[in-house]
Amino acid sequence: MEYFLQQLINGVTLGSIYGLIAIGYTMVYGIIGMINFAHGEIFMIGSFIALAVFLGLAALGITFLPLVLLIMVIVAMICTAAWGWTIERVAYRPLRGSFRLAPLITAIGMSIFLQNFVQVTQGARVKPLPPQIQGGLILMDSHDGIVVQISWMQIIIIVMTVVLMTAFSLIISKTSLGRQQRACEQDRKMASLLGVNVDRTISLTFVMGASLAAVAGMMYLLYYGVIDFYIGFIAGVKAFTAAVLGGIGSLPGAMLGGLAIGLIETFWSGYFSVEYKDVAAFSILAIVLIFLPSGLLGRPEVEKV
Amino acid sequence: MADITQSASANRPEGAERLSEDRREAMRGEPPFVEAPAEDSRLVRALKEAGITAGLIAVLTFFFFFMKTDIAVGGLSLTVDPWTWFVAIAITFVGRFLLTFFVFAGERPAVGGWKKIAAATAGWPIGKVVGAVLLFVALTLPFLLTIFLPSQDRYLLDLAILILTYVMLGWGLNIVVGLAGLLDLGYVAFYAVGAYSFALLATNFDLGFWVCLPMAGLFAALWGVMLGFPVLRLRGDYLAIVTLAFGEIIRVVLLNWYTFTGGPNGILGIPKPTLFGLEFSRGKGSFSDFFGIEYSSIQRFIFLYYIILALALLTNFVTMRMRKLPVGRAWEALREDEIACRSLGINTTNVKLTAFATGAMFGGFAGSFFATRQGFISPESFTFIESAIILAIVVLGGLGSQLGVVIASVVMIGGIELLRNLTGLQAIFGTGFDPTQYRMLIFGLAMVLIMVWKPRGLVSTRSPSAIYKEKKAIGADLVAQGEGH
Repeated sequence: MEYFLQQLINGVTLGSIYGLIAIGYTMVYGIIGMINFAHGEIFMIGSFIALAVFLGLAALGITFLPLVLLIMVIVAMICTAAWGWTIERVAYRPLRGSFRLAPLITAIGMSIFLQNFVQVTQGARVKPLPPQIQGGLILMDSHDGIVVQISWMQIIIIVMTVVLMTAFSLIISKTSLGRQQRACEQDRKMASLLGVNVDRTISLTFVMGASLAAVAGMMYLLYYGVIDFYIGFIAGVKAFTAAVLGGIGSLPGAMLGGLAIGLIETFWSGYFSVEYKDVAAFSILAIVLIFLPSGLLGRPEVEKV
Repeated sequence: MADITQSASANRPEGAERLSEDRREAMRGEPPFVEAPAEDSRLVRALKEAGITAGLIAVLTFFFFFMKTDIAVGGLSLTVDPWTWFVAIAITFVGRFLLTFFVFAGERPAVGGWKKIAAATAGWPIGKVVGAVLLFVALTLPFLLTIFLPSQDRYLLDLAILILTYVMLGWGLNIVVGLAGLLDLGYVAFYAVGAYSFALLATNFDLGFWVCLPMAGLFAALWGVMLGFPVLRLRGDYLAIVTLAFGEIIRVVLLNWYTFTGGPNGILGIPKPTLFGLEFSRGKGSFSDFFGIEYSSIQRFIFLYYIILALALLTNFVTMRMRKLPVGRAWEALREDEIACRSLGINTTNVKLTAFATGAMFGGFAGSFFATRQGFISPESFTFIESAIILAIVVLGGLGSQLGVVIASVVMIGGIELLRNLTGLQAIFGTGFDPTQYRMLIFGLAMVLIMVWKPRGLVSTRSPSAIYKEKKAIGADLVAQGEGH
């Protein structure tokens, strides 16, 4: 029971990170119907920027932790958003209106480029960061030495995810930008006829997705303490799985899918085998797509002739 | 003057009519509220653009060029390297300025020469001529190399074998992506299945290359059917992601199933191919012994070269013949419109499965060739990057174009290999400069740039499979390649 609870907490934390990345996939897919393959790499770039900011602040002598974290979040979000914007501008916008495969190919190219860019500039070795936030709340302490604990870091991750999710849901549902995004999602041509700046809206969608991925990257860095240039690929595929599982195009779906994937992966590693945890996630992707292509919360797509 | 205005106002209509009159009046001539924005001169505009781009680059690369995280004793250290950063910004500024000033906003459009050439040469059988020349060169390459470049022939022949492997993989994938329009991101899975089935059969049952080759192809085709059957109902990009997932699953299983595949250590001691039982080694019963010529290790390379050339040509031949068969026609019809196909009574699942299985089979052949060439395989060789490279070759060459695959393989694989030889650049960038680490960086960038420049690939005309009266080449944009239904 205690073991189960501990795995549940770990799973929810991991799921929050996946959910934050999945939102980027789901928003981009919703609006332009393409898989932004480079999104996992944006997550990776976000965590590298967060690491650089952390070390830079330490070098400047700023060590007050809340301030450091705040600066890390803000700088990582802004810089990663700039990356997201640039990628859209360079690799996807020129190909809008081209055949469907074209942006996917540039996305794969971009993903290879970004991985190797980070590898060349920051080195190929893993970067360990000692845990900055230690301790936690002990929820349950049984006598045989098994402790159920939720660490401060996990609380921060979950709270941050909830806050960001709420904020983004409000942006999508209440603001004019969100209305424009939803309009573009339904019918891009009609939206542009009605005066929505489609290019700008799409760019802003990439910016929003990238900034959420940056937060996820920073959380990943602080939670796991090791990053390298390759973390984006697996995390990206899993987050995409989460987006599909939740129903692509749906924001709450992305979060739900993220939690589901996080929980499945954690329980699989906890009860079966760590080696095959990626296989579990990928199999779920295949199973969901085959039996439930519109996901948990998605609308079924009708193919029109 | 005064009474004219008077009479005009007296004639003015009332009510709604008056409102529309007023509106019409307001719309006459220039709208009063629009002021044409002051047009910047070309220089100013170019400078502005350059400034914005350089600023963006400054933000983007600040944490990658300016700050460098290193692993130091007791944790991480940060080194600051402003010069790379400044140089990057300066290069961007100058480059963007020149581009904007001379190309984008130039007096004459800089592009157009290509179109003229394309128009002038329309109707010429360039593809056939280039194809024939390439085939001739490919057939005689080992001898050309030994005659003209004897000092480097082994290295170049090895490179040619590598390129031909990719040509074959590209042609195999072309069946799936280019003809049937199914986007497959996990093609490397079949490559791996072919390589592992050959390696396992050869090491466990002592079978030779020629016995295992068809078996490896069959296994790969079987896997193609097994993996394809559940997923082929999916739409294009979903199919892509699921095939990617399958590719990764196979790799992870190969990595973790120690007892069967040897795990990360891979399989060693895979036998070399023989020519009717003649081995390419020193001593009795070998090729050189049988023909009474002096042994040279280049002979084995030449043999391997001709094997892969034959396999590649077989792939090409089968593809070209398949296009004329009903199933090949069905592939292309499926690519263009799946719903129309279904309404015409084509069993889309079977048609897709045949495409998947045929492509997988050639992937399996290439895989077993890879295993026998290396003599050693491990899951390391079958990562997603490999799939991406093959797909890039197919797409950049021009989906569905056989010649395009060859050109793209030579450019991408050969071009990347060239980087190895650019050690002369060390004089410029310092002795620590290693051009090979930029291989994949340049590869990724080239994928993006070529795609943006020519979305339909390097070879962008297609010869249609079905001809009505007169043979016409059509533009690639008229073909629904890779829509992935």
